[in-house]
Amino acid sequence: MLSPDFVILTAVAYVGLLFLLAYLSDGLDRRGRGGFLRSPLVYTLSISVYCTSWTFYGAVGTAALSGLEYLAIYMGPTLVFAGWWFLLRKLLRIGHSQRITSIADLLSSRFGKSSGLAVLVTLMAVFAITPYIALQLKAITGSIQAVSTARGSGGPPAGLDETSLALAVAAGMALFTILFGTRNVDAREQHLGVVAAIAFEAVVKLLALVAVGLFVTFGLGGGPVEIHARAIQAAVDVHEGAGFGSRWVTVLLLSAIAIICLPRQFQITVVENADEDHLRTASWAFPAYLILLSLFIGPIALYGLATMPAGSNPDMFVLTLPMAAGQDGLALFAFIGGFSSATSMIIIASIALSIMVSNHIVLPLALRMSDDLPGRDSRGIARLMLYSRRLSIAAILLLGFLYFQMTGDSGALAPIGLISFAGVAQFMPALLAALYWRRATVRGAVWGMALGFAVWAWTLFLPSFASGSADIARLVAHGPWGIALLRPEALFGMVGHDPLVHATFWSLSLNTAVLIVVSLATRQSGLEQVQARVFVDVFATDPTGADPAPRRSASAEDLFFLAERVLGHPRARDLFRASGIPRGPEARQRMVPAEFIHRLERQLASAIGAASAHILLSKVVGGDALSLEEVVRIADETRQVISHSNELERKSHELRLTALKLREANAKLQALHRQKDDFLSHVSHEVRTPMTSIRSISEILMKEPGLDAGQRQRFVSLIHRESARLTRLLDEILDLSALEHGERNWTNAPVEAEAVLLRAFDVCEAWARQHSIRLVRRSEAPEAMILGDPDRLCQVFINIIANAIAHNRNPDPQVLVWSGLRDGPDGGPDGGPDGREYVVEVSDNGEGIAPEYRSAIFDKFMRVGGPQTAVAGGAPGLGLGLNISHTIVGKLGGRIALVDGPLPGATFRISLPLLAEGDQMRDQPRASEVSS
Amino acid sequence: MLDILIVEDEPIILETLSFLLSHEGWTVDSVGHGDEVMGAIRRKRPGVVLLDVMLPGRSGFDVLRALRADPDHADTPVLILTARGQNHDRQLAQDLKADAFITKPFANDALVAGVRQLMTLRAGRARQG
Repeated sequence: MLSPDFVILTAVAYVGLLFLLAYLSDGLDRRGRGGFLRSPLVYTLSISVYCTSWTFYGAVGTAALSGLEYLAIYMGPTLVFAGWWFLLRKLLRIGHSQRITSIADLLSSRFGKSSGLAVLVTLMAVFAITPYIALQLKAITGSIQAVSTARGSGGPPAGLDETSLALAVAAGMALFTILFGTRNVDAREQHLGVVAAIAFEAVVKLLALVAVGLFVTFGLGGGPVEIHARAIQAAVDVHEGAGFGSRWVTVLLLSAIAIICLPRQFQITVVENADEDHLRTASWAFPAYLILLSLFIGPIALYGLATMPAGSNPDMFVLTLPMAAGQDGLALFAFIGGFSSATSMIIIASIALSIMVSNHIVLPLALRMSDDLPGRDSRGIARLMLYSRRLSIAAILLLGFLYFQMTGDSGALAPIGLISFAGVAQFMPALLAALYWRRATVRGAVWGMALGFAVWAWTLFLPSFASGSADIARLVAHGPWGIALLRPEALFGMVGHDPLVHATFWSLSLNTAVLIVVSLATRQSGLEQVQARVFVDVFATDPTGADPAPRRSASAEDLFFLAERVLGHPRARDLFRASGIPRGPEARQRMVPAEFIHRLERQLASAIGAASAHILLSKVVGGDALSLEEVVRIADETRQVISHSNELERKSHELRLTALKLREANAKLQALHRQKDDFLSHVSHEVRTPMTSIRSISEILMKEPGLDAGQRQRFVSLIHRESARLTRLLDEILDLSALEHGERNWTNAPVEAEAVLLRAFDVCEAWARQHSIRLVRRSEAPEAMILGDPDRLCQVFINIIANAIAHNRNPDPQVLVWSGLRDGPDGGPDGGPDGREYVVEVSDNGEGIAPEYRSAIFDKFMRVGGPQTAVAGGAPGLGLGLNISHTIVGKLGGRIALVDGPLPGATFRISLPLLAEGDQMRDQPRASEVSS
Repeated sequence: MLDILIVEDEPIILETLSFLLSHEGWTVDSVGHGDEVMGAIRRKRPGVVLLDVMLPGRSGFDVLRALRADPDHADTPVLILTARGQNHDRQLAQDLKADAFITKPFANDALVAGVRQLMTLRAGRARQG
């Protein structure tokens, strides 16, 4: 007989030991000597958090009540670890690469980082685990009662009723877990110290159970065979014929699922895992642990049934058998073992749940409600996380206590645990789809889980309150509004099955069916597609999880500000340093690469979950809608391809244009080249001709001294004339070149054209007289103001008149110069402002110009056919005169043309635009323009 | 019979050539337009033709082509006398079977020698014919 105070004190002392252990482990790890804490052995032992007080106490009860059913609870996990290691490995790989923090995080991350899904999974987990927590409270309460009361009597100890004891246990557990699981100021993903304590507890509970088993089997019972025989003798139902029915299969299935889907298992197996290779060890060591643990369950149950008084609680055989034998010490050790199994479950489960609640419910809500949360104060987010986790732990234990209260002290431990198993089993279809079915959509997952969970709540969770509430009992018995088809334990008329089988069948099959149907009927978002690929093909892609990084960017300073607030300064600093990202004010404008943002997102996700990290980052990473980003990325790439091809097309078009221009320029150059060749050829011919005469005549003069004086005189004058011709030719070439290259001192000013014509006429009159040519002038324009250079204009007039004189071979030669004013041809730009023109016509009665020459008359070196008349002192065209005149008149804005005139020979008409009255000042600027 | 027909449109050069060649004792006549050359040849049957290229009307080369195509006068020796002395002009003259090619300005001696050579050639052809 142990006093309750002593038992409770022992429990508190044990908790203190655990706390010390965790503290020391953390300390060792901080000093870099915690390597053994990450060993496969510790990992395997921590996985045995699966074995709670349910397996410690409850398995014996199950064995006593239902025979071998208890084995299914152990066989499910064994099958998974031994046979389904590939699934676990994939989970671990994804967990590491995506920095998964919980099963809610995993599912939400896979299904497009959906925060709604994360909330659903979190709420489901909290509700599903509540009975399980209650189970632990019940077990601890019961065990305290068992060891502190009189041998086997089962009555409550004095001054300690069950409710207040349970409440005290819950409060103590909450305090303990808060101190344990949320000691760290940094909200970090792994809890090395806690894991070490859990591993220690695993050893304790194994040793305790084995000790009791050895004592009962060999100390009391005299060996398993003896116990079996005694049980038969005592007419105990050893359930030899029972066993492998639908319930057994269901329990096997549920326990297999539970080892994956239970939040605490997920926390230990995936989140706290340090090395994927540890799975190898765990795949045989964990089943071995389970076998060791279950080895003595049967003998203890049988011996208890055979020896203990009727009505004693078989769940407590582990305690009551040693006590009945007077072994209080062993009983206390057994109690500590049971306490260990309960506390480890409560600690890990509530840590896992609190992480889910704070990451997926509290933080997203806080983020949505506050736009500047990241910047409010330096440790805002970390503190928020911490408080929300502590509060969640307290709330979860309170829920467990309430459930314990409301369900009364009805059933045994195991059925309560199975309710939780069936609840978390609702995650399984979505989880499998997440890992293996790429087409699964978030809506399929949400609707499937929601429906499965609703069915579970209706068919299993609700009926568990029946013993504590008459209303619920009535509902279970008759269905809502008396609808028998909806009776929780006989849904759709499925009567006669075990409630667990019934509930599991309906909830899981509806869950799966809806998941498949809705997934097939809906489409994935871009982000979902990407995440599906990352998850399903995790082994095919880069193990660092470098999925196609969305094109995002943010300034290094902003990102550091954010990282510091979530990860803490040292960790953020290390992360930035390791990635070579500069910090400080100079980094304010510095944009970091998208890969780093991606890496940072995973780091943040490891602290606060994928969905929250995503939301948080998107507040800093500019203009980046949550689910649109991948669409934007894809659109970006498409646009880039399009713009790239547009660019190419544009460039090729440009190239074509350039090639065309080059061809044109080349053709122009070639034409110019030909013109230059022609010009040079012409010039050379024009120079050679007088040179020929000069040379030939000089040779005659030199070799023929006997020439008569007249002939000699004739030759000398020819030489003189040809020399003058050469000079004139050179002058004309230079003149033309100057005109063509834009003469510098060319000034256009208002000029009285009639006066200029008179001057030219006077010059030509002398030549005409020499050649006995009648030069007549008829003026019909008293005065004509035009814009031009008077000397150039005079040159043109002289040129044209001299041509008419030189080429006239009429026996009665005459040249008529007419001038006057008339309307311009179209009043357009060629005409003056009022469309009036000053016109000069020079006509002769010579041979005229043959039609074949007319079109080319103003070209260079164009000479009209027929032997030229040598005109002494005249100015016979060398072929450049008309071309020069044409160029000058063009520069004056006028025209020169060969027209039909009053005389039978050629008539050249020069038209120049008139300046309007009073227009002279206004047109002055235009004059300077022309001159430039 | 006419010794030399000068085809030249530049009056001064023509005057010089006429003086030079008649001074050597040959009979000389002249034409100043490309279109009149063949007629003059047929009429006057010159022993040698001095042919300018740059002419009003038909060019000297066109005249030469016509001359070589005329069976009665195809063997008339022709001396091309031109200011265009580029290779392709020389080549064209050769292709058209000109008998001599002299560029302006020329040395009087060289021209007279060339004409004399053609006179000899003419005499040889006459013997063969």
